[in-house]
Amino acid sequence: MPVLHYREALTQAMTEEMERDDRVFLMGEEVAEYNGAYKVSQGMLDQFGARRVVDTPVSESGFSGIGLGAAMVGLRPIIEFMTYSFSLVAFDQLVNNAANLRYMSGGQFAVPIVFRGSSGMAGNLGATHSHRPEPWFANVPGLTIMMPATPADAKGMLKTAIRSDDPVLFIEHENLYGMRGEVPDGEHLVPLGKANIVRQGSDVTIITYSRSLYTSLKAAEQLAGEGIEAEVIDLRTIRPLDLDTLLGSVVKTHRAVIVEENWPYCGLGAGVADRIYQVAFDELDAPIRRVTARDAPIPYNSKLEAAVLPSVERVVAQVHDVLYRKV
Amino acid sequence: MAHAQTEVKPIVTRNQAVGWLRQMLLIRRFEERSAKLYQNQKIGGFCHLYNGQEPIAVGSIGVLREDDYVITAYRDHGHAIARGMDVKIAMAELLGKEAGCSKGKGGSMHFFDVEKGFLGGHAIVGSHIPLAAGVAFAIKYRGEDRVCICYFGDGAMNQGALHEAFNMASLWKLPVIYVCENNGVSMGTHLHRHSCLLDLTIRGGTAYGIPGVTIDGHDIELMAKTTREAAARARAGEGPTFIDAKTYRFRGHSMSDPAKYRSKEELEQAKQRDPILLYETILKERGWVDDALLEDLHEKVKHEVEESIDFAEEAPEPSLSTLFDDITVAPHIPQE
Repeated sequence: MPVLHYREALTQAMTEEMERDDRVFLMGEEVAEYNGAYKVSQGMLDQFGARRVVDTPVSESGFSGIGLGAAMVGLRPIIEFMTYSFSLVAFDQLVNNAANLRYMSGGQFAVPIVFRGSSGMAGNLGATHSHRPEPWFANVPGLTIMMPATPADAKGMLKTAIRSDDPVLFIEHENLYGMRGEVPDGEHLVPLGKANIVRQGSDVTIITYSRSLYTSLKAAEQLAGEGIEAEVIDLRTIRPLDLDTLLGSVVKTHRAVIVEENWPYCGLGAGVADRIYQVAFDELDAPIRRVTARDAPIPYNSKLEAAVLPSVERVVAQVHDVLYRKV
Repeated sequence: MAHAQTEVKPIVTRNQAVGWLRQMLLIRRFEERSAKLYQNQKIGGFCHLYNGQEPIAVGSIGVLREDDYVITAYRDHGHAIARGMDVKIAMAELLGKEAGCSKGKGGSMHFFDVEKGFLGGHAIVGSHIPLAAGVAFAIKYRGEDRVCICYFGDGAMNQGALHEAFNMASLWKLPVIYVCENNGVSMGTHLHRHSCLLDLTIRGGTAYGIPGVTIDGHDIELMAKTTREAAARARAGEGPTFIDAKTYRFRGHSMSDPAKYRSKEELEQAKQRDPILLYETILKERGWVDDALLEDLHEKVKHEVEESIDFAEEAPEPSLSTLFDDITVAPHIPQE
């Protein structure tokens, strides 16, 4: 199987979908002549031309709305945010228009559109450029939220997102663009709303997504050295949540730790834990614990920033906690 | 300011003119009855009436093609009716019924009619202005010669989304017509207190290299003529036009606005120039209508609106099971 960077897997997904469907186009800042701020659209202008790979001015609200208008009348836009931190400028378009147009029109209009771009604490970017916006959007009915952690998922999930008839917020992680992994050639589709059990285990369930998958897997390795077998689940789709897969695991392990890069209060894991508690409280032998970013704006200084991020040590400590192990 | 409806040689045929008058009367009657129903608490939420601004929607939509697109803000009843929406489904929507144009999910501010190319009904000021550019982008992308017309009030001139969209619409020469229904007041804040320039064509046209024109929005034939020219430019690939149509709203911003920011005298004076009365007088002078025909038109629209109310009142409420319908094309899984 070919080995690609996460970034190249995304390029391949968009390229294949644009080859098979003329209604699909890519629009955003620096996507065409610059080949993408993170080179995700490398070579696409050359292949598809300026009609389908469209550079925009720095106007996130404007071009998000343009994508939505085009989707209302049948095109299938891919709108790139240079980073999802900039999606805040387009919040109205995403929350009021993308999520509601179908409902408010009594089902007369569909909005087949993908908003994609990088996110996360990528290193020394400071408070404004390090956002993890998933919990803000996951709150909204009408939106689908996907967050791939691996190159294979980056391709398979993006192809699925582009073929969806509904608005998908496809949130990548800036630190994963350079990650390499096997990616199936051609038609590779990862179903929407399906989590992935990345590591099997029987003692504790670690629920995670995006970059935190790797922190979780490292923690699981360390725990294995202590004789603790952690099951690690990559959510992949954030909304709708694959609750069945989570319950299947929790019923087996009776313990869960959620690892996420966003903030603790009203963060994504709070919502995930609530849904597990509602149906499986009696299955749990310990309260669900969460490892999140610390509750502070994201600092510039490397040492401070590292202290904000979920770490292997913090994951291991929470696993010990749910197992009532004293170290 | 130039005028068209008082020119010696009319730009429309008699049939077209009488049809437009009829539409304006229908909208007016619809709005007057909506006000009553609102006061009787049959209509809820926010309800923004179009009284006084009728020539803008009717005159412009009246010269567009059936395959063109129309999108507007929350004061949307008039545009929907001008586009041919059946007043029955419009009224049913106001009463929140499943037979309504948005199945009772949208309400007054969110009318939609996909069959008529009526793309809403948008209630966040300025939020739909990029959508219009996007519709025009799709038209150009497909190599079609349709146009999208987009309406908003003078208050929207101060939203960033408008300026972002205008820049891209002009930059990419998108086939869109932007119509500012300039009634001189952004909710309760008059133009001189909300806009750094009183000439909106400078802010909406000159600033973006978009041809801009200020017209008397009471003159339905001038509205039609200006729109026809803008549509021809758009279809020829020459890009957007900005029309600043001066108008006057006879009611408050919404039904909950007592409009204390203007005097009774000002309102009475404005009603002296009621655009519907003006047009009736002009068509009489042309010999195109007489008192008998006018009386007949008034009676017919009255009857049509009363019928729509009967229809809406008798229509069933949406069942609770529709709550989760039409959220997404794929089955919606409530995250509860």
